[in-house]
Amino acid sequence: MNLTEYIKEKRIKKDLLFMAHLVCGFPDFQTNKEIIQIMVEMGVDIIELQIPFSEPIADGPTILKANQLSLMGGTKVKDCLDLMKEVSTQYSIPFLFMTYYNILFCRGIDIFCQETKKAGGKGLIIPDLPHEEGEDYLKSCQANGLSPILLMTVNSPPERLRKIAEAGNGFFYCVARRGVTGRKTQFSEETITFLKRCRQATELPLAVGLGISRREDFAFLQGKVDIAVIGSAILRVFEKGGLSALRNFLKEFQ
Amino acid sequence: MNKEGYYGRFGGAFIPEILMSTLVQLKKEFYAAKNDPTFWQEYVSLMSSYSCRPTPLTFAENLTQHFDGAKIYIKREDLNHTGAHKANNVIGQGLLVKRMGKKRVIAETGAGQHGVATATMAAKFGFDCTIYMGEVDVERQRPNVFWMEQLGATVVPVKDGTRILKDAINEALRDWSTNMDSTHYVLGTACGAHPFPEMVTYFQSIIGKELKNQVLEKEGRLPDQIYACVGGGSNALGIFSEFLEDKQVELHGVEAGGKGLESGRHASRLSSRDGKIGVAQGYKTFFLQNEEGQMKETHSVAAGLDYVGVSPILSYLKESGRVIFHAATDNEVIEAVKLAMRKEGIIPALESAHAFAYAFKQAPKLSKAIILVINLSGRGDKDIFTIADALGDEDWKQFIKDKAKTYESH
Ligand SMILES: Cc1ncc(COP(=O)(O)O)c(C=O)c1O
Repeated sequence: MNLTEYIKEKRIKKDLLFMAHLVCGFPDFQTNKEIIQIMVEMGVDIIELQIPFSEPIADGPTILKANQLSLMGGTKVKDCLDLMKEVSTQYSIPFLFMTYYNILFCRGIDIFCQETKKAGGKGLIIPDLPHEEGEDYLKSCQANGLSPILLMTVNSPPERLRKIAEAGNGFFYCVARRGVTGRKTQFSEETITFLKRCRQATELPLAVGLGISRREDFAFLQGKVDIAVIGSAILRVFEKGGLSALRNFLKEFQ
Repeated sequence: MNKEGYYGRFGGAFIPEILMSTLVQLKKEFYAAKNDPTFWQEYVSLMSSYSCRPTPLTFAENLTQHFDGAKIYIKREDLNHTGAHKANNVIGQGLLVKRMGKKRVIAETGAGQHGVATATMAAKFGFDCTIYMGEVDVERQRPNVFWMEQLGATVVPVKDGTRILKDAINEALRDWSTNMDSTHYVLGTACGAHPFPEMVTYFQSIIGKELKNQVLEKEGRLPDQIYACVGGGSNALGIFSEFLEDKQVELHGVEAGGKGLESGRHASRLSSRDGKIGVAQGYKTFFLQNEEGQMKETHSVAAGLDYVGVSPILSYLKESGRVIFHAATDNEVIEAVKLAMRKEGIIPALESAHAFAYAFKQAPKLSKAIILVINLSGRGDKDIFTIADALGDEDWKQFIKDKAKTYESH
């Protein structure tokens, strides 16, 4: 089953799917596995594993710090692929890689895509790669049966949204506000209009991410999109209260 | 150029989707200005009344005699307002900001020169201004931080990553991703996403345009060699770009050799074997990175050269062979500063002194018929603390100690 089919099927029983994010190797790979187990138990539907990069320009302070600490701990791309392999074998939900383009570029785009496929990954999110620059990447994703998940943003004009819709696959990651990860998003009329524009641009599922942290955010998104994404908030909860706090936090969204 | 924004296989615009339409707007505005014949005139006229343009071309008579080789000229970008070539780019972008109707500017800075220049421009044009600066650079360039703040800018010390120039660029990009509607990002060098490399080179090309006239006037012919230091590449491209088609003019870029290329502690992306093609901070070029694509720590005595990437235009000119790249070590640079001061009464910035150091090595080997031009990208007053330390000046140390005591007793 491909990513889109998985989402569509899950959506029959669930109004809004939940995608959670974590940074590979932060605080360490053992803890990553424990976090993933809790996420799966708490009903998370898709998990996004971020391969750390030294220059994460789309990330705010929380995820930025996690990237740095992970790299300082010696995290290598191979370690992230191993984690992907282990958890994608163990759990039936889809796992994606999120990372920056240089990681793929330096490893070789084809090699990276093949390795991701072999490790059981379903798709990729590369926030610093606009589709115009991603020809090789998009081809390689297609050749390896991976979904290249592209971003649609409030600043993308309609004709651009259409082009993004043509180039992407799996689902689209809608960024409902300006800025980087972490800061809270205030949903508004503008959000609704924006999500309608995304909906018009594609038939594929839509996810909304950036600055989502509360039950109310989920309530707002229900019926408007297919997936809600939580990233920084999960990291913050974990850093403050550890695994048990994380479990309680995730429970709120069940 | 094949694809828009590419120089050979370098350049491009690798930027989060949220900023794409902002870049489109900037491109539109930049090309409209470039095609408007009055715009360049407006720019040159402002640079002549607010900065010190045209900057002189100084014949370095004593250095020429000292080396007893090539005839040495110095292009005096140090005489710009705020003391460096950075003013050229900043005033140019400031005029674009006015055309775009934005009210706030942000910038990264390494040495602090670009930060001071941006803060100055913001004060003159009435813009709000925020400068991002790595914490390490804030420490080594305190006087520039002081001036930026006095000029009305907010200086944000960047505490992430290696806490130098590249980290300041990341932070500025994050700010821009949030505030693009009100804000223009005044990138300080010929790097970053398209159209920045082209745009910054365009404004800096005023250096080479002037030089061409000046050298023709003085010598009746073009120079044989031009030397410029290379951080991001803006002063180098500024002086080189006018001569790219004049194949008889050798173009030499000098990077930061730090503690020596073998030590691994340097910032030589093009002249060492350590540079590898990658994509970061919005563009594709040679970066100092590990095999997985993680950026390395760089080192230079000159904060303004201490950077992992380099202009995609220069990477292209390296591959095409049009520009030749070298490195000068921290020690060679200090010696070059000393010699320039003693022989010509000129205090070069540590950045610019890299070009001096390498040109000084070449000059004695060249015939007297050779004309050589060094781009003095900035003046060295800002480096008084670093230079005094490097020279181990005891009286200066005592002065600082005494000065510190006067604060303690307050
Ligand atoms: C005086 C001076 N020269 C050179 C540079 C290096 O920048 P670029 O290579 O863009 O000219 C700097 C950067 O801060 C500088 O202050």
